[in-house]
Amino acid sequence: MDAAQAIADLTEISPQVKQVVVIGADGSLKGSNVADEAAAERLVAGAKHLLEAAEQLRPGVAQLEAATVTGSVFVVRDGDRTIAGTTTPEPTVGLVFYDLKTCLRSIEEPKPKPRRRAPAKKKEAADGTA
Amino acid sequence: MARRKVVTGVLLAAGSLAGSVLVRRRAARKRERVDLYAEDGSMHSFAEGTPEADRLLPIAHELLPLK
Repeated sequence: MDAAQAIADLTEISPQVKQVVVIGADGSLKGSNVADEAAAERLVAGAKHLLEAAEQLRPGVAQLEAATVTGSVFVVRDGDRTIAGTTTPEPTVGLVFYDLKTCLRSIEEPKPKPRRRAPAKKKEAADGTA
Repeated sequence: MARRKVVTGVLLAAGSLAGSVLVRRRAARKRERVDLYAEDGSMHSFAEGTPEADRLLPIAHELLPLK
């Protein structure tokens, strides 16, 4: 499934989730439901900043929730990919974590393009058929 | 008559106790906090006012809409 479809499914089943960004292994934005690309990049940068700061406080952080009176920010790491989302205030924490993880895992990683084989050398001379 | 007064008193006390518990729970939920979940399954919660939360909450505020 591609990122846009996975995020659309997530926000449909979990209406408390508002803005979502998927961050690839290289740290770049891989998918988002935020219309404004600058806002999506801000969420990516903020999520990375949150994870870095959390990692300094408690090494080995896999996921986090920052709960404020205006809503929560969730950041979930799975392997070398990350998903971050904002929610309405007082969300159902366990459900949001589960839905974010499921969304991230349902997104297929782009497979590396197979290398083109070099064309086989003609064996005319060796075979002696020519 | 005296028994009725006792029952009324007990009901009032129980009601106010339940009310205060509800108010406290609501107030606790409205406090800002940061929960960090480690890969080993452990969780650390930092309420606002702690150095850890004071470092992470401003980042979250920047990402969330203002009320």
